Order: sequence, then C-alpha cells, then structure tokens
Amino acid sequence: MENSIYLDEARDPLIIAEGWMKDGKDVAIATVVETWGSAPRPVGSHLVIDAEGNFHGSVSGGCVEGAVVTEAIDVIDSGKAKMLEFGVADETAWQVGLSCGGRIKVYVERLG
Amino acid sequence: MDPYALKTLNAERRARRAAILVTDLGDGRDRIVREGDQVAGELGAAIAKAFRSGNSGSVEAEGRTFFLNAHLPQPCLVVIGAVHISQALAPMAKIAGYPVEIIDPRTAFATSDRFPNVALHAEWPEDVLSRQPLDSYTALAAVTHDPKIDDFALKAALDANCFYVGALGSRKTHAKRVERLLALGATADQIARIHAPIGLDIGAASPAEIAVAVLAQAIQAFRSRGLEAKDAAA
Repeated sequence: MENSIYLDEARDPLIIAEGWMKDGKDVAIATVVETWGSAPRPVGSHLVIDAEGNFHGSVSGGCVEGAVVTEAIDVIDSGKAKMLEFGVADETAWQVGLSCGGRIKVYVERLG
Repeated sequence: MDPYALKTLNAERRARRAAILVTDLGDGRDRIVREGDQVAGELGAAIAKAFRSGNSGSVEAEGRTFFLNAHLPQPCLVVIGAVHISQALAPMAKIAGYPVEIIDPRTAFATSDRFPNVALHAEWPEDVLSRQPLDSYTALAAVTHDPKIDDFALKAALDANCFYVGALGSRKTHAKRVERLLALGATADQIARIHAPIGLDIGAASPAEIAVAVLAQAIQAFRSRGLEAKDAAA
C-alpha cells in the first residue's frame, strides 16, 4: 500500500501540466476514458505531453504511450481533440497494441 | 482542457477536497464540480454517484456524452490512543487502503516498538492537530477513554466534519462524554454523529475483533457519505 494522503507533486501529471503551462509551454492532456478487459491503468488516468514530446504519467503499462505522444503533438498543433482506441496487439500493429489483451479508449485534448 | 479548470482542480486536490472534472466529449468543454455543488438532472445524479464511489467514467445525459473524472482525496484514519486495539487496527486499516496515524501523549504507549511502520505521534492531540488539521476525508477513532486525551480530538473531528467519528466506551461513559462535549460547545447534531459505543455490532470481544468492527464502521461511513443528507431531504 503506497498510499499517502498528500499528492506526490513531483510525479503528479496534472500538477506537472500546470507547471508547464506556467512556463509558457504548449501542453496536451491524454485521459483514459474507457477500458475493457484487463487494462493496466484505470479510467481517469492521465498522460501529459508537451510540444517537444516530453511526457509524464501513463495511460497503459508503457505499451501505447509512444503512439499517444505522437497524436498529442498533432493535437497541440491543431487544437482539435481526438479519441484514440487501442486494442489487443497483433502482428500488424504490435508497436501500439496492449499485450495484456485489454482495450482502452484515450481522449487527447490541448490545454487551453 | 480549460487552463482555469486545471488550476482549480489542482488547488482542490492540494487542499484535500473532492472535485470532479466534467468534460463534454462532444465539444470538449469542461468544468469543475465541487462536492456539495448542486447539479440538476441525470448528470447531477451521475455526479453524486461518482463522488460517493470515487469511480470515473462516461455518462450519457441530456443527449450528450460526458466524461466524469472523479478526484477524491485519499481517505485516512487518525486513531487517538496507542492501545491494544490500535495495534490491530493500524495494519488492518492500511491493508484496506486507509493510511493510519496514531496520536497518544503517553510515551509508554506510543512506542515504535509497539507500532512498527506506523506514523506515530507521542504528543497531545491539541499539538498534532493544530499542525495537521483534520478534514472531511479523515476518520477519527478515539480509543483511550481518557477525557483528557479523547475530548479535544473528538470536538475537533466534529468541527472538521470528519467522515467518521467513533469513541470507545460504554453507554454510561458516553453519556458523561456527551455532557463534556456539550460544555465544549458541540451541538446536538454534532453529538449525534459520534459512533458510541464504537464499532459495528458484531459481538466483538478481543481487541483485534473490536478493530475489525471499527474499521468496518469507518468504511461504511465512507461509502455512504452524503446519503444521510439525501434521505433527510427526501
């Protein structure tokens, strides 16, 4: 049980996103909005991304973060939110699949 | 996400207050709802449910799809009294997901030998609670049945609207305690919130069994937050 009653500010994605915003950076926020089957991160989990591709937090066990970062940079440019869906990994999409066998939906939006 | 919503959300989270970020997945608009804010209709019902469960998720309401991201503070338990019951209660509560702090000014009781791996304060509750005030996501169990130690903490827990306030002692002991708390300025409504005798009535006999009864009662109080008010209004 690693639960503290205080926020872990140094690792908290939403605190980091606010800090980036104060530094004048462009930021995207990705949120797990739905999961099916065994998903590594619960609904509500965040990955925050800046325009250079720096990121904090997670939306999976590291399986799809690369793809989300790429899409997030697109979202920062366009300002248009995207809904991404990731399913079971197969041969054609192994780089962006979930090897755990679950499926997740990730909402990616620009901050501001 | 609206930058103002993010700032507000982070401020609420830092202050250990519950908040839900409501995002319209159709147009991307979002807003923060604080616990206790009135929201009408199906969306309001879903928001109330999310505050109780702490679960995030999508909801269809008013012909739109909203995502509710529920941010609840980590609930925790403060135990007044480094006694035998507390020795069982501390590890049990931790396993159940409620971090524990124990306060007891009696240095013979509050030893790390008796309480390994527990946040322990061998100080008066007055001193600890002025540094670290109680809040509505904290449960307080007073188990010394020494008025000098328990009373201040009980009054502080009622004033801070702790989600659970329990006090060890028989009905007779509690009747005397009620008189003292009234003299300290507690209201009748506040007194009614104290669980005494402490713990669910499971016939607990040993200190460890009493700890189970206390923990179960605290969890029950946590998971039914806000329901009493709703019942009273209905």
